[in-house]
Amino acid sequence: MAGVEVVSEQGFRTDGRKPNELRRIRCKQGVFSHADGSAYIEQGNTKVLATVYGPHEIRGSRSKALHDRAYVNCQFSMATFSTGERKQRPRGDRKSTEMTMHMKQTFEATILTQLYPRSQIDIFVEVLQADGGNFAACVNAATLALIDAGIPLKDYVCACTVGFVDDVTIVDINHLEETNHIAEFTVAMLPKSEQFVMLEMSSRLHLDHLSKVMDMATKACKDVHLVLDRAVRDHVSEVWQQLGNT
Amino acid sequence: MTDLLLSEAEKMFIIHGVQDNLRVDGRSCDDYRHIELETDVVSSANGSARLKLSQTDVLVGVKADLTTPPTDNPDVGTLEFFVDCSANAAPTFEGRGGEDLARDISSTLARAYSSDRCSSSMLKALCVVPSEQCWVLYIDILILECGGSLYDAVSIAVKAALSSTKVPVVKVTSSDGGKPELELSDDPYDSLRINVKHAPCNVTLSKIGHSHVVDASLEEEVCSLASLMMAVTEEGTVTMLKKSACGSLHPESIYEMLETGKNVGLNLNKQLTRQLLDEECLHTQMGTNREPKGFL
Repeated sequence: MAGVEVVSEQGFRTDGRKPNELRRIRCKQGVFSHADGSAYIEQGNTKVLATVYGPHEIRGSRSKALHDRAYVNCQFSMATFSTGERKQRPRGDRKSTEMTMHMKQTFEATILTQLYPRSQIDIFVEVLQADGGNFAACVNAATLALIDAGIPLKDYVCACTVGFVDDVTIVDINHLEETNHIAEFTVAMLPKSEQFVMLEMSSRLHLDHLSKVMDMATKACKDVHLVLDRAVRDHVSEVWQQLGNT
Repeated sequence: MTDLLLSEAEKMFIIHGVQDNLRVDGRSCDDYRHIELETDVVSSANGSARLKLSQTDVLVGVKADLTTPPTDNPDVGTLEFFVDCSANAAPTFEGRGGEDLARDISSTLARAYSSDRCSSSMLKALCVVPSEQCWVLYIDILILECGGSLYDAVSIAVKAALSSTKVPVVKVTSSDGGKPELELSDDPYDSLRINVKHAPCNVTLSKIGHSHVVDASLEEEVCSLASLMMAVTEEGTVTMLKKSACGSLHPESIYEMLETGKNVGLNLNKQLTRQLLDEECLHTQMGTNREPKGFL
């Protein structure tokens, strides 16, 4: 393994976290007024904005319309200044296209699309600052934006990344840990039913360790769910109070 | 930008209001809306600013990089403007939808910053080794929401981002064999600041009925036939002038608009400089304890 050790002998990671500790999550719903739903999330130094438009008529070619459910349209883009090295293009590269596809799969499995036949739901995410776990932060932000837009979902979608290095499972890995070529798991799940809607692994992992990693991922996603749920409840009660209710 | 449909009656209401120097939101014709500005919001960039002008929301990040200077101007650094109209602002910007607007904004900015005085004061400092190495500042503008007066908001945010930009100090050591060696300073706080004294701010004047207004909201932009964009510096020099939108303007009204635009621009620059100084003081006081508010 190159350079720094991911988990020290004392059991701490490079940024001082314990292996099972998430980064601080701070979020806000209703950031923009034009969009139907919007949210902003910070997971450590990863910062993501998400907006949702819809459900509305199909835009562009009519052939995209599905007669029995809504068409989910996603776009993932990264600000050119979000990474250490400047990015040439905010979207359209292979990585962004792949992320877009994953987002689409994740949310097609979660949104109750059959309620809106022949219509379209747009989910746009924008990474403002990237420090590892970008996809997970995007999914969490998009969930909050969908809830803000009032679109019916099966459940929250909570995502996180889990890494496995030297027999230790570490959750919510940051960019520094990502660059160490550790086995990396990105999962998105519905915490109530414990169903995985997205699962991706890079590098290799022995099958014996899989259950350990999966358990850790489930636990981390449930932790994320607690935070998101608290934020949504706080937001709703705040809006309720602003409307003049007590 | 989002298509806004207004009925004749609504348009009439706005036009008559402007005639009496009272606009829909209670402003007079040469008032700006409330501006929220924060610098140093993105830690992955050398300098950044986020500006919210009512419903217009832009984020600007500046990143510095070393390159070889242009052959016709070997002793200055360069500025590269790049605008990204995020689909967050309007679903029509998805994919390549916002590229036309983005190109227009970036070329307008590049023209405003191309004046001699601006480049001599700002870009000279960015030269490291004449005709060998210089800094290029990539000014990346992310448009998050459009609520009227986009060009003005972008130009203010760019000026603020540039003023917060910290370019690392490089020392040129022995040049053996004609190739100079660059050495980065050991102290991360040792940095070069950009002089934004001559950086212009854009002021857009929209002709509505027989009068003109600054900082038109989306509704007012629909009512406006033609608008005049001008970039004004702190001394009142106009570095860029451009007529936009589909209507036409009489020379008489152009003179009037120039006069108002210059006064508004002077005031805007003055206020901005003061705010940036305050912000700078706040940063030095708080040191590393400061947490940017950002979007929270």
